[in-house]
Amino acid sequence: MGLDFTVIPKYLDVVLLGCVWTIAITVVAAILSFFGGIIFAVIALYAPWIVRLPFRAFAWLFMGTPLLLQLFLIYFGLVQVGIDLPAFVAGVIGLGLHFAVYNSELIQTAILAVDKGQMEAARTMGLSRGQALRKVVVPQAVRDVIPPIGNNMIALLKDSALVSVIGVSELTLTAQLAIGRTYRPFEFYVLVAVFYYIINLGMEAVLRRIERRVQAAR
Amino acid sequence: MTEKPFVDIRHAQKSYGTLEVLKDINLQVFKGEIVAIIGPSGSGKSTLLRAINDLDPLTGGEIWLEDMQVNMDLPHRQYEKHINEVRQQIGMVFQHFNLFPHLTVRENVTLAPKMLKGLSAEEADKLAQEQLANVGMLDRIDYYPSRLSGGQKQRVAIARALAMQPKVMLFDEATSALDPELVEEVNLVMKRLAEEHMTMIIVTHEMSFAESVCDRVLFMDGGVVVEEGPPEVLFHNPKNERTQNFLRKHLSDNNG
Amino acid sequence: MDFDLMWTVYPFFLKAAWVTIQLSVLTTLLGLICGSLGAAARLSRHAVFRGMGAAYVSVIRGTPALIQLFILYFGGPQIGIQLDAFEAGVIGLGVNIGAYMTETIRGAIVAIDKGQIEAARTLGMSKFQSLRKIVLPQAARLMIRPLGVNINAQIKGTALVAAISVVELTYTAQRYIGSTYKPFEMFLLSGILYMVIIYVVGQGIAWLDRKARIA
Repeated sequence: MGLDFTVIPKYLDVVLLGCVWTIAITVVAAILSFFGGIIFAVIALYAPWIVRLPFRAFAWLFMGTPLLLQLFLIYFGLVQVGIDLPAFVAGVIGLGLHFAVYNSELIQTAILAVDKGQMEAARTMGLSRGQALRKVVVPQAVRDVIPPIGNNMIALLKDSALVSVIGVSELTLTAQLAIGRTYRPFEFYVLVAVFYYIINLGMEAVLRRIERRVQAAR
Repeated sequence: MTEKPFVDIRHAQKSYGTLEVLKDINLQVFKGEIVAIIGPSGSGKSTLLRAINDLDPLTGGEIWLEDMQVNMDLPHRQYEKHINEVRQQIGMVFQHFNLFPHLTVRENVTLAPKMLKGLSAEEADKLAQEQLANVGMLDRIDYYPSRLSGGQKQRVAIARALAMQPKVMLFDEATSALDPELVEEVNLVMKRLAEEHMTMIIVTHEMSFAESVCDRVLFMDGGVVVEEGPPEVLFHNPKNERTQNFLRKHLSDNNG
Repeated sequence: MDFDLMWTVYPFFLKAAWVTIQLSVLTTLLGLICGSLGAAARLSRHAVFRGMGAAYVSVIRGTPALIQLFILYFGGPQIGIQLDAFEAGVIGLGVNIGAYMTETIRGAIVAIDKGQIEAARTLGMSKFQSLRKIVLPQAARLMIRPLGVNINAQIKGTALVAAISVVELTYTAQRYIGSTYKPFEMFLLSGILYMVIIYVVGQGIAWLDRKARIA
């Protein structure tokens, strides 16, 4: 059949739209996974055992199973419970939840690594445990953990391609639509790969700037 | 002496980009001689030592070992073959010992003789036991380096280098990383080597040891040899002001 | 929770688990080969090889594995490559994980203290001899745990082949969700099997790591 890249220009605008969706999904899920990670970390470390144990079991389950499987669960599962979410929302929740769990592991380690002396100093000044955590420990832990979480966000970008399997019109699915019309999978998948690579580079640049600013604030 | 030099360093020069670390060093070491090189950090003394077996190649000048030029300019393959052969004749002892942690003392010492000189396991083992006995480490022959003290590791490192029966031994601040109590045991080994007329070039901070062992001392500073002479002269009656300053500062730090 | 249903269908999931295991093993092996080649390339004397190695790592790690799989499986025929879904899965995912393993292996080799190499070279050993006898034995020990992390991710990564209809665990889960409308049960069935596989492999890695440390 051979290759023919001239089919691309006609569908470029559609693919670019898919690009925008991919970026949107990635950004929203990333934000979710960041704050979700902090919340999960605090729960995993400081909640009463009756909350902590089932939570740990859930986290363990989510880290031991593939993202795609989790996406199926969320998308089809919520319908079962009566919540009919559009695929887009299910995809964002799935991605956000998955990475929130991984981020929470990183944040837990970072919180525990923050010097014990910090907590002691805060308590000595009269802060309650909750206040000390909120104002002293967690902010420092979050600062320490930005680089590895940044890596998780890059992974999130790449994994966002999976939501195409549950029908979300992002970059990958858009390419498939174009392929459906032109029967040229190689050309469009390579095009899509290039777009992902470029978005990836952009994300890395942004993350590096954020890292630098966080470092400067020390 | 009309004897030919054993180690001949001619116009050695080394630059890192615009930074000149060695500036036209000339040094001849004769067979059986023990030469010490002292000087402040950054003087280039370690760089010079490491140029002798081309570990840190020179950017200018020549190093000769007997009739062979060490830093010959050869195409890559031939150079590799050449330098590996030459290095078998030069033994080196490092400040941080560099023993192979995943091998026992025995294996550390027998590895190179078996691999490079084709000795059988029994022959290599015999050789290892001999060398280790000489440095007083025979009883630890099956230990792993992690179980040895610094002084013990360094003695094994010396035995490992000697097992290759080199013609000359280079010591790069061999006792600088040791706790003070452990320095003496290594010095003793080096003294015995000297008594057996091994040609030795020693870079060191230990003035008293250098004085007691060596035939000649070089004082280096800023990439040049500032002064050279027998220890009695250089240590007690240095001619150059920089030498005097260095010794004064060093002796007051070291308490003689 | 419909346990009766789970009891009825679990044999299908066991069959699918076997496919997942096969995929995991084959892609890991291919990944180790690619990783070793990649690391050798990145550490090579020749700039051409170093560039190729860096490009391999950058491109593969910079794009989604799913897309790489699609290019190989759907796009392959256009450039003369005809693979069935399983084959495409093994090759695509193997090459993918190989890029990550390249960095793991390279990292372990580079972590070996330079002084050791100097000592080996000083005794007269060639670069190759010092690599074989001094660097690699130690690097191999260092890389077991990080490779274990790669392998752990890989086992879960095999789920991607569900998108090209390979009948492994995730595909089977999706299929049965579609016919039974019981997503939680199907998730649980496949989830447990994934975790069992991961646990067993994890124990194996830990055992290997312990053995390596004793020596």
